[in-house]
Amino acid sequence: MVKRILQETKEYTLSAYLTPVFMILEVAMEMVIPLLIADLVDKGVEKGNLSEIYRIGGYMLICAFIGLFGGIMGAILGSKASAGLAKNLRKKMFENIQTFSFENIDKFSTAGLVTRLTTDVTNVQNAFIMVLRMGFRAPVTVIVAMILSFRINVRLASNFLIAMLIILGFMTFVLVKTRPLFEKLMKRYDDLNASVQENVTGIRVVKAYVREAFEKRKFISGSDGIYKAATAAEKMIAFTMPMMNLVVYTCIILISWFGAHAIVIDETLTTGELVSLFSYCMNILMSLMFFAMIFIMITMSVASMRRIYEVLEEKTTITNGADPIYEVPDGSIKFNDVVFGYNKTAERPVLDHINVEIESGETIGVLGGTGSAKSTLVSMISRLYDVDEGEVIVGGHNVKEYDVETIRNQVSVVLQNNVLFSGTIAENLRWGDKNASDQEVRHAAKLACADEFIEKFPDGYDTHIEQGGTNVSGGQRQRLCIARALLKKPKILILDDSTSAVDTATDASIRRAFREEIPNTTKLIIAQRISSVMDADRIIVMDDGKLNDIGTHEELMASNEIYKEIYEQQTGAGSGDFDKVDQEGGVKNA
Amino acid sequence: MPRGPQPGSVPKLTKEQKAARRGVLGRLVKFIGKRYAIQLVVVIICIFLSVICNAKGTAFMQELIDSYILPMIKEGSTDFAPLAAAIKHLIVYYAVGVVATFSYNWIMIFVAQGSLKDLRNEMFEKMEDLPIRYFDTHAHGDIMSVYTNDIDTLRQMISQSFPQMFNSAITIVTVFVYMLILSPSLTGVTIAMIAVITITTKYLAGTSGNYFRKQQQALGAVNGNIEEIMNGQKVVKVFCHEEEVMEKFNELNEGLYENAYKASRLANSLGPVNAQLGNVNYVLCAVVGGTLAINGWTGLTLGALVSFLQFTRSFIMPIMQVSQQFQSIVLAMAGAERVFTLIDEEPEVDDGYVMLVNAKEENGEIVECKERTGMWAWKHFHKAEGTTTYVKLTGDIVFDDVDFAYNPEKTVLHNIKLFATPGQKIAFVGATGAGKTTITNLINRFYDIADGKIRYDGININKIKKADLRKSLGIVLQDTHLFTGTIADNIRYGKLDATEEEVIAAAKLANADSFIRRLPQGYNTVIKGDGGNLSQGQRQLLAIARAAIADPPVLILDEATSSIDTRTEKIVQDGMDKLMHGRTTFVIAHRLSTIRNSDCIMVLDQGRIIERGNHEELIQEGGKYYQLYTGKIQNA
Repeated sequence: MVKRILQETKEYTLSAYLTPVFMILEVAMEMVIPLLIADLVDKGVEKGNLSEIYRIGGYMLICAFIGLFGGIMGAILGSKASAGLAKNLRKKMFENIQTFSFENIDKFSTAGLVTRLTTDVTNVQNAFIMVLRMGFRAPVTVIVAMILSFRINVRLASNFLIAMLIILGFMTFVLVKTRPLFEKLMKRYDDLNASVQENVTGIRVVKAYVREAFEKRKFISGSDGIYKAATAAEKMIAFTMPMMNLVVYTCIILISWFGAHAIVIDETLTTGELVSLFSYCMNILMSLMFFAMIFIMITMSVASMRRIYEVLEEKTTITNGADPIYEVPDGSIKFNDVVFGYNKTAERPVLDHINVEIESGETIGVLGGTGSAKSTLVSMISRLYDVDEGEVIVGGHNVKEYDVETIRNQVSVVLQNNVLFSGTIAENLRWGDKNASDQEVRHAAKLACADEFIEKFPDGYDTHIEQGGTNVSGGQRQRLCIARALLKKPKILILDDSTSAVDTATDASIRRAFREEIPNTTKLIIAQRISSVMDADRIIVMDDGKLNDIGTHEELMASNEIYKEIYEQQTGAGSGDFDKVDQEGGVKNA
Repeated sequence: MPRGPQPGSVPKLTKEQKAARRGVLGRLVKFIGKRYAIQLVVVIICIFLSVICNAKGTAFMQELIDSYILPMIKEGSTDFAPLAAAIKHLIVYYAVGVVATFSYNWIMIFVAQGSLKDLRNEMFEKMEDLPIRYFDTHAHGDIMSVYTNDIDTLRQMISQSFPQMFNSAITIVTVFVYMLILSPSLTGVTIAMIAVITITTKYLAGTSGNYFRKQQQALGAVNGNIEEIMNGQKVVKVFCHEEEVMEKFNELNEGLYENAYKASRLANSLGPVNAQLGNVNYVLCAVVGGTLAINGWTGLTLGALVSFLQFTRSFIMPIMQVSQQFQSIVLAMAGAERVFTLIDEEPEVDDGYVMLVNAKEENGEIVECKERTGMWAWKHFHKAEGTTTYVKLTGDIVFDDVDFAYNPEKTVLHNIKLFATPGQKIAFVGATGAGKTTITNLINRFYDIADGKIRYDGININKIKKADLRKSLGIVLQDTHLFTGTIADNIRYGKLDATEEEVIAAAKLANADSFIRRLPQGYNTVIKGDGGNLSQGQRQLLAIARAAIADPPVLILDEATSSIDTRTEKIVQDGMDKLMHGRTTFVIAHRLSTIRNSDCIMVLDQGRIIERGNHEELIQEGGKYYQLYTGKIQNA
């Protein structure tokens, strides 16, 4: 997993490799300085040799500047490598998401993908620069300090080794012990945040039922849980600092005692060297602490790495077969015993053995209650999902035989949850065909009855659409989405409840335009409103994943209970709807 | 020209904002101090002890060389007894230091986590008491981020930055004193160096700050783009627009990289620059100190020099730490400010005094009683006369010339007059934005009216305690909100002490029982994430069951069926009809089928009642209702 993520350093690999090199240079200089200090004390100060002091002082300054150079280069290259890795990870994930099928998208959820692309990448970026700079620096410091100490005095230096092992052992113990505790804590945090979220969105319910006190009690008990979990986890951490101090202090005492003996009796140590040993002792300690910090940081970013990895490694479930077909002959559709379920382990499929044949150029209405699988049915046609059993034939070929882009361009779907993107109206419409002439754009808008309101906007087709299309009304958005789909000049056009916010009169004229202007396009219209499908050539009645019936309005009225029921409910006197009266003004906030 | 998303720019702090931040810091310290005064004193003492002991250890090196090693070499003595005694002292110091370090680390855990818990709880309790207006005018994401991001930065600050800052500060002072004692002249050298370090830090931090702001902007642009595209990913797929989308993203991503790289480059240089300046300082002190020691000027001894050099290291370190911690404290202050802003929000005022009590009738008089009788009364205390009267709760609601505006510039309701006698079904119809929901917001006092009066059983609702008023009203909203918990828990939300039988009875009344029983764990099925695994219709049925179990005399159905298709609506409608039986009901709808059988229908248009009457009357009137009902308007 880590390897896969590090692959994305790509053009920044050199920087990534060089960073530790420069960091080591910096560390080396930092290590040499105490050595020089020992010399300075021994050869210069003790002998009263001022020129020696200047000479060694000069060396030290040179070392400091080399160290500075190493440090700054490390910072520059490390920043480059980590920012670069972040950029590449975002890019690669984004790229891969673009290949995702609907099934892949459903699996991750929009919010999940956004977090992975934003927060998770930042976490990894921070951990990466930390590892590049400190991750190498710390162990190298330890090793160099250790070697130099051993060169000075083996017996004294062996104290460091023992101390280091004790500290490392202790830290491992603490980390292993606390990790599950911290994971538990994180889970509690998530639960509490979820509960706050519920309260914020459902505040009207809370207040209406006067459940403020109840919610407060619930929150406080959750909050107490966090307190308990957090203190339990951190109690372990509280031992770290004093433990470190204990070990270091012991070292200092031992060096002082045995060092004094070595100087006075054995004369195997100089005062200067003793000072260096103290310095190295501190260096080793600091590095070990950094090491612990890095370790914690890596542990924290592991979750992020895993989430990024999941996206990087996700393979699209829909790919072109061998020798794909690049031409859809006509707009005929045939479902052969199609079975499909979003959740493959569910007991009952969502689409249950669907058989239906639609001729090219036909207008088909699709009706049924929520959850009757109307949208699922039409998703199969442009291969947004692959069937589990049976086959979907479009233009005489199984949809799997087509090039994916070809089938999607020839089967134009206006999704139920249709979205406009920030940009002008014309730009949004040209999603359907980026080379469309102004005239074509206007024509498509006209067919979708969108021209009337677009032209009323001061900027017309250049009117800017806000992110998510929030500055046009629901009905306007739907009409723009239809126009966008029309610009593809598809062989099959699917409207998934795409006129629900459009008033009935406009809805009717859109359908009229379809009939007159694109007679050869197969049209599938899913609707809640019976008037939207009544005049279709045939109407499919869906019920609980099954194709209940298909026929003309008259046939269904005569024989189908469900259809009749819906019809009566909607067309009987009093089926009017205030919101279905066109009351669209101009562009809001524009 | 395509306009990209425009993230809010990150402004530089003004002087006032900086002052406000300082105020926030003071308040935070006070918040913690109030709760953990003793602990904090102990912590401060412990930090102090630990620093002193540590410094003592460093100072010992001078003693070791000057008082023991050098004299011993000079005298050729091998008597280690004095040194042993000194080391024994040192051991005591160190032991105290270790114990002190442990103690303050240990205590700080409880101080930090305890304070955070209290802060969190206070924030939530305050939030629950805020008026609906607050939630209507603040983005939910922003409120959430106070709980997640801001509290998290505060946690870091309280448990890490605070003790470290304090530790560093004490270290700096102690070390400085030691240094002064050892050699005032060398201390002068060090201070000069520190001035250089401070200036460099300020410069680097300032410059990288600019890049950080740019980075935030670039990050905003990239995040905005990511959000937009991820939300519309399915549309991108349907239009095979992957490449174009990539192109735009790459451009923004590249921009973010540039700024992130530059900001990080400078920020990360700060450490090495300071460290090496520290080394330069070390060299300077060594050279100057060496010169002084050799010439015997200023009485500097070799041991003192060695000790001093050690001190310079422990002096530069905390100064670097302080400058680093300072940054994170500034960040945390922004978070603390938002936390306190939330806490300081004006809570919902409730000056009502009329209470809802259980009642029974004795000799034709209504008297208060403890037990649940199914009969309720308003307990009305009259200050002037000093008497208490009881009014039976029946659900009689009167709007008397009510005006209302969410903000002063725009009145949304004008001269609303209505009478709802107990058991009546009153309907409001009209287009979205006509003011229907506003009326219900006023009945349960989610908002307070600007002019006019609303009377409930003859009592001005402003006199009724909000909690009691709301308890007497049942609401089913268009967006059903379910809470994490079982189905039974969710129904029980309407009546916390409801028995299992009551829960099932309510579910049956709402036509929800049959689908609940088909769920894997029946009534014990756990709902997660606002009931995402239930259909809209099923969630609506649960909301109705929830209202049913509360058994309120007055019911408000606010677009309760509008997001359900007509087939499902029939089932839901059935449940609602049963629920409405015998209660005063306000129905809000834009579909006429829902409200035809109402006792009185109000047609609202732009905040005014333009038509009123029952179905037959309105049809006769031939107005807007008639047009819509007969469908004449559709082709108009």
